[in-house]
Amino acid sequence: MTDKEYWKANIRLLIILLSIWLMIWFGFGIILSDFLDQFSIGGFKLGFWFAQQGSIYGFVILIFAYVFAMNHIEKKLNDNKEKKN
Amino acid sequence: MSAQALTYFFVGLSFMLYIAIAIWSRAESTNDFYVAGKGVNPVANGMATAADWMSASSFISMAGLISFLGKDGAVYLMGWTGGYVLLALLLAPYLRKFGQYTVPDFIGTRYYSKTARLVAVLCLIFISFTYVAGQMRGVGIVFSRFLEVEINIGVIIGMIVVFFYAVLGGMKGITYTQVAQYCVMIFAYLVPAIFISILITGNPVPQLGFGDTLVNSSTYLLDKLDQLSVDLGFNAYTESTKSNIDIFCITAALMFGTAGLPHVIVRFFTVPKVSDARKSAGYALICIAILYTTAPAVAAFSRVNFIESIQEKSYLDSPDWFKNWENIGLIAWKDKNEDGLVNYSAGKAFGEGRPDFLDSRGSQGERKIKNPITKDNDNEVYIDQDIMVLANPEIAKLPAWVMALVAAGGLAAALSTAAGLLLVISSSISHDLLKKTFMPKINERQELFYARCSAAIAIFIAGLFGIYPPGFVAQVVAFAFGLAASTIFPAIFLGIFFKRINKEGAIFGMLGGLLFTSSYIIFFKFISPELNNSDNWLFGISPEGIGFLGMFVNLIIAVFGSAFSSKPPFEVEKMVDQIRLP
Repeated sequence: MTDKEYWKANIRLLIILLSIWLMIWFGFGIILSDFLDQFSIGGFKLGFWFAQQGSIYGFVILIFAYVFAMNHIEKKLNDNKEKKN
Repeated sequence: MSAQALTYFFVGLSFMLYIAIAIWSRAESTNDFYVAGKGVNPVANGMATAADWMSASSFISMAGLISFLGKDGAVYLMGWTGGYVLLALLLAPYLRKFGQYTVPDFIGTRYYSKTARLVAVLCLIFISFTYVAGQMRGVGIVFSRFLEVEINIGVIIGMIVVFFYAVLGGMKGITYTQVAQYCVMIFAYLVPAIFISILITGNPVPQLGFGDTLVNSSTYLLDKLDQLSVDLGFNAYTESTKSNIDIFCITAALMFGTAGLPHVIVRFFTVPKVSDARKSAGYALICIAILYTTAPAVAAFSRVNFIESIQEKSYLDSPDWFKNWENIGLIAWKDKNEDGLVNYSAGKAFGEGRPDFLDSRGSQGERKIKNPITKDNDNEVYIDQDIMVLANPEIAKLPAWVMALVAAGGLAAALSTAAGLLLVISSSISHDLLKKTFMPKINERQELFYARCSAAIAIFIAGLFGIYPPGFVAQVVAFAFGLAASTIFPAIFLGIFFKRINKEGAIFGMLGGLLFTSSYIIFFKFISPELNNSDNWLFGISPEGIGFLGMFVNLIIAVFGSAFSSKPPFEVEKMVDQIRLP
C-alpha cells in the first residue's frame, strides 16, 4: 500500500464511521427517537434508552472500531515499506 | 467518627496523595512540563483525559440537570461524549504526529503565521479562563458545604494544592495526579449510585436498575417517574419538549466544542505514538462513559426519591436533610396554602431566581424569603439542581462515609479540570507568546522558568475569579463551547484535511467564527436577555447551539478566503503530508 492509498483508505473509513456516528445521535437519539419509543427493552422506551444510554455505548464502540481498522491499514502500509527495503 | 471528621479524613487523605504524586513527578525540562515527556501510557492518559474533562459541573450538577430536564437532558449526555469520536477520528492522531507542544503551535506552524498563532492564543485563553472560573468556585462551594469553612478559604486551599502540582510538575505532575483524581472521582460517584440502585430497584448496576422494576412491585421505575411527573403537572419524564432543530444544534455545538477544547486536545500530545493517541481516546471515552451512563440513572432515582420523601409531608416531620439543605440555601419552602404540608408541583414557587433569605423564621420554623410569591401555580418548593448529587446519599439514608466520599470526589473533579486548564494557559503564554513570538532568544531553562511563572500567575487569577465570581460565569459556559467549536476545531480540522487552506483563509475564518458566535451570545445573554426566546432566534437556534452555525461561518470564510489568495508554501504542504502518515 502506498502513502496515497493509505490516506484514501483512511478517508473512506472516516466517512463510514462518521455516518454511523451521525446516525447514532441524530438518527436514533433525536429524529427517530419518538418513533423508537413505541418499542421497549425492559423498562426503557427504546428512543429514550438511545438518547440517554445507547448513544454513549455506540460512541465507545465506534472509536475502538476505528482503532482496530486503522491498525490493520497501518500494518499494510508498513508491510509495503519493508518489502521496498 | 462524625460525618464532619470523616469528610476531613477523606479530603485530607486525597490531598496528601496529590501532593505526594506532584513531588514524585517533578518536571525537569520543557518537554516534561508541556507534554509529560511524551511518555504517558495510553490507558493512564485515557484516565487523565477523563478527569481533565469531567469538571465540577459534570460531577455535581449534571445528574440534577438531567433530573429536571428528563429526556431532553440527553443533549448533554450525547454532546459531551460524542465529541470524543470527532477527537479520535479527526484530530488526535494527526496532532500527535505533528509532535509539538501546544494547540497554537499547530495553528501557527500549519498556517506559517505569527498572527494565526496569536489569534489561536487569544481564543485559547478566553475559552480556558471562562472555564476555570467555574472550577475554582466549585472547589470553594464543596469546601463550604461539606467542611463548613468560608468559600474563600476553600478557594485558597484549592489554589495552594493546584499550585503545588501544576507549578512543580507541569504536565507530568498533572497527568499522574489526574489519574489518581479519576479513581477518587469515579469511586465517589459509583458508590452512592450503586447503593441507591439496590435500594430502589434491587439491581446493583445503576445503568440496568434504571430500566428495572421497583422493589416489591411490578411497576417499572421510569413508568412510575412518568406517572409522578404528570401528576405533579410536569411533562412526562421520558418525553422530549424542545424542538428538534435546537436539540440538534446544541448537541452538535457541544460535540464540536468538546473536540476543540485546548486542554483536552493537548492531552493527546503526551502519548508515545500515533496509534497510542487513537487508543487513548477510546480509553478516555470508556472512563467518561462510566460516569455519563450512571448520571441519568442517578437523575431518575433521585427524582423519584426526592418526590416520595417530601411530597405532602408536613414540614415539621420532613426529613433532616430537607432542613439542613434549606439552612445551606439550596432548598426553600413557602407554605402558600398554609396547610403546613410541603406541596411540590410544576412551576416556580416564587419569582426572581434564587431564594433571597430573610434572617427570621416562619411559624413552622422554615426560613422566610424576600422573593415575591408566584400566584399562577401551587408549587411551594425551590430546589437547586445540585441537590440531586450532593444530598442524594442523605435522601437515600446512606452511611456518613458515603457523604464524605462525595465531597472528596467533587473536589477531585474540580481540581483536575482546573489544573488542566491552567496548564494550557501557562504553556500558551511561555511557549507561544514568549518563546515563539516575543522573546525567541530565551533558552530552554529560561522558558521552563517562565512556564512556571505563568502557571503561578494563572492560578492566582483563577483564584480571584473564584473569590470574586463575575456574575456571568453561569452564562458563559455556552461561550466556551461555542468559541471552541467555531474557532479552534475548524482551524485544526481544515489544516489537516485540506492542504489548500492558507493563512488568510484560516485567520479570517477564525476571526469570523469568533465574531459571529460571540456577538450572537453577547446579544441574547447580556444586551437583550428579554429577547432570548425562540421567536427571536436565528433559525430557532438558541445561544447554546449557535457555535455549530459559527463553525460553518468559519469553514465558509476559510474556504473562500483561501480560494482567492495564494497557495500555501511548499514546506507546509510537505508538513501536511507528513502528519497524515502514522
